[in-house]
Amino acid sequence: MSTTETTASGIGPVEGAGASAYTVDNPAPLIEPPRKRTKKSPKSTRGNFEMAAWLFMRLSGVVLVVLVIGHLLIQLVLDGGVSKIGFAFVAGRWASPFWQVWDLLMLWLAMLHGANGLRTVINDYAERPNTRLWLKGLLYTATVFTILLGTLVIFTFDPNIR
Amino acid sequence: MATPVMEKSDKAPEPGFADSPYITVTFRVRRFNPEVSAEATWEDFQLEIDPKERVLDALHKIKWDLDGSLTFRRSCAHGICGSDAMRINGKNRLACKTLIKDINPEKPITVEAIKGLTVLKDLVVDMEPFFQAYRDVMPFLITKDTNEPTRERLQTAEDRERFDDTTKCILCAACTSSCPVFWNDGQYFGPAAIVNAHRFIFDSRDEAGEQRLEILNDRDGVWRCRTTFNCTDACPRGIEVTKAIAEVKRALITRRF
Repeated sequence: MSTTETTASGIGPVEGAGASAYTVDNPAPLIEPPRKRTKKSPKSTRGNFEMAAWLFMRLSGVVLVVLVIGHLLIQLVLDGGVSKIGFAFVAGRWASPFWQVWDLLMLWLAMLHGANGLRTVINDYAERPNTRLWLKGLLYTATVFTILLGTLVIFTFDPNIR
Repeated sequence: MATPVMEKSDKAPEPGFADSPYITVTFRVRRFNPEVSAEATWEDFQLEIDPKERVLDALHKIKWDLDGSLTFRRSCAHGICGSDAMRINGKNRLACKTLIKDINPEKPITVEAIKGLTVLKDLVVDMEPFFQAYRDVMPFLITKDTNEPTRERLQTAEDRERFDDTTKCILCAACTSSCPVFWNDGQYFGPAAIVNAHRFIFDSRDEAGEQRLEILNDRDGVWRCRTTFNCTDACPRGIEVTKAIAEVKRALITRRF
């Protein structure tokens, strides 16, 4: 935060020369033609992945509010609260297809919602392509693993296991 | 439409006739000269200045009286040309519209170049990526009718009102260079380009709205907006930038389904 000696050679050849402002070391900025339409750029009027992801976040968020608050109420507040939860309680709930669907929907939506949110965070903050690649690889692996494992458990749950 | 002013301060001293209006203010300017050093450094300048003057007047005083090597852009100096957007006390503003009394002159006032664009020297940045994004949204009237019009293209007052807010843009880059998504990799179109696309998308006389929407439907288009409202806060013209971006998003969705 101290005064520096920028005045020493403040007036360089750029201001002094007068003739050409640009040299080999200091080339004039290259003006690219407008962003090209490539194979990747969206053509159809049906939208693209980024739009779908954006819309999914809004819609899944609304559904998740209902699902998660309902889930928390049932699990933690109503009818004895958290102390009632045990193997028997879970087995009793998953005997009904309604709760199976509820939990399945919550699992998929929450995992995809969270993964998509983290994907945008990685896109925004990871600057090097390699960092992005690894972080996203880790994220997608964890997401797929959790979704598959959860789905498997919901569908193959056996209340008589011992 | 109200023109915004910077935060009003009641603390501004009102000197009497006998007193001098001048106060001592420290300006802490971010200096960078690639011919001298690869590092940018802060440099302090002490000025005797009337607090009712603008930051631009202070920069002029520095350049004309103290250090001629200080480099910054300004053209009209009256908030119209949009040349002198800079980061003053950590906020993007126009130096020519910011009064010194409004930004607490008791502490050193920091002045630095806008963020996210390459600094060429001191407060001058390379605006090319910014204007590239602006050109990409085709900011000009496009009609399908190729014949020369024989009469004026008329429009109702309501149709004109629809995009009135976004006609005020002066392309100063205060919004785009305040956007954290733009800081990341500079590939995001940025608020200013979207505002100028909005100006034509919602113009009843223009017929290329669909094309412009498709351009902004890009991976680096409107969907990268995180609605942090930095752009709306930064705009020296008081444009509701984030609202304009949201309207483009809504148009993209409602036109599709």
